[in-house]
Amino acid sequence: MLILYARLFWTFFQIGLFGFGGGYAMLSMIQGEVINRYHWLTMGQFTDIVAISQSTPGPIGINSATYVGYISLVNAGHEHYWGFLGSFIATFAVVLPSFILMILISKFLMKFKNHPAVEETMQGLRPAVVGLLAAAALLLMNSENFSSPGVYPWQFWISIGLFFFAFIAQKIYKMSPILILVLCGIAGLLLF
Amino acid sequence: MTDIKTNTDKVNALSKESNSASSNSLWTLFLTFSHIGLFTIGGGYAMIPLIQRKVVEEKKWVSDEELVDLMAVAQSCPGIFAVNISIFIGYKLRKTPGAIISTLGTCLPSFLIILAIALFFQQYRENIYVEKIFRGIRPAVVALIAAPVFRMAKTAKITRYNMWIPVMAALAIWLLGVSPIYVILLAGLGGFAYGQYVKD
Repeated sequence: MLILYARLFWTFFQIGLFGFGGGYAMLSMIQGEVINRYHWLTMGQFTDIVAISQSTPGPIGINSATYVGYISLVNAGHEHYWGFLGSFIATFAVVLPSFILMILISKFLMKFKNHPAVEETMQGLRPAVVGLLAAAALLLMNSENFSSPGVYPWQFWISIGLFFFAFIAQKIYKMSPILILVLCGIAGLLLF
Repeated sequence: MTDIKTNTDKVNALSKESNSASSNSLWTLFLTFSHIGLFTIGGGYAMIPLIQRKVVEEKKWVSDEELVDLMAVAQSCPGIFAVNISIFIGYKLRKTPGAIISTLGTCLPSFLIILAIALFFQQYRENIYVEKIFRGIRPAVVALIAAPVFRMAKTAKITRYNMWIPVMAALAIWLLGVSPIYVILLAGLGGFAYGQYVKD
């Protein structure tokens, strides 16, 4: 269990340190480390966590770190209270790099913010962050979230329909994400 | 009679003093940032208007121009945007203790809410209705992540000349299972090296 805590800390510390481009881009890192590398949770569980993080108050990065910290311990067969400690460690670890960096910047680096080297580095980072976001969406398009057309065609096509509904509602009609999630939840309850 | 008057005067003077002292006390910092943390749903950039109202208009801790500068730096740094901003402002007002308290304020409401939900959800996961609801929600979550990709591509100034960067990044992560951490490191170093050695 100590090893799990140490890994949680190190993983979320790295996510906090390299998490450029905000919460959504961070999701792709959480996916990469927590699911693909360590298998602490399944892709389906991860999607549920994202849904809950999006529809509850607070930054998505904090919400998902707290949730993953808890679930990782519970999935490994530990009691709830050990899960609370996991939440605390993951949340603390994801904030710690920001904390150190921001204070260093406040102290020393504010005057370098227009330095050409900073702008050059950002010119490589910004496009890559878009790729990270696209990868997060692509990785989530799997049978766990959409079911499979061969086995459960009804569920699969309903899922595809809900996907396009949510995409259009968000992109074209600028509907609030929470309303979209609530409507799709009701649809799920009635149709599946 | 005079006693009462001097007493009220004293009280007035006291409350004035505590008002000016409390306008940037650690407790006020905590309350302000926990308010910001509690009342923004959807995270990150949805917080900007509230941060502006609280920190610039109500508390006058920083000016509008200063906040724009801070946001630019916070945006180009790794980490959670709202947390980065709260560390900057907390540090500016009360040095390291201020930074700790403002970070705590931003994180604590989400932390407690998520813990409560996690505990609750874990118990009802197997429930057939909860499962149906989340089966409906999952495709929508994927859409909500996919939708901002194109808008982000616009703000990141993707042209046909640098389009290969996001495409390669996405394919490497999606198909080859490369960790996004390496992709970010490589992209940052690549941008720096290109600017230093190739551009001129």
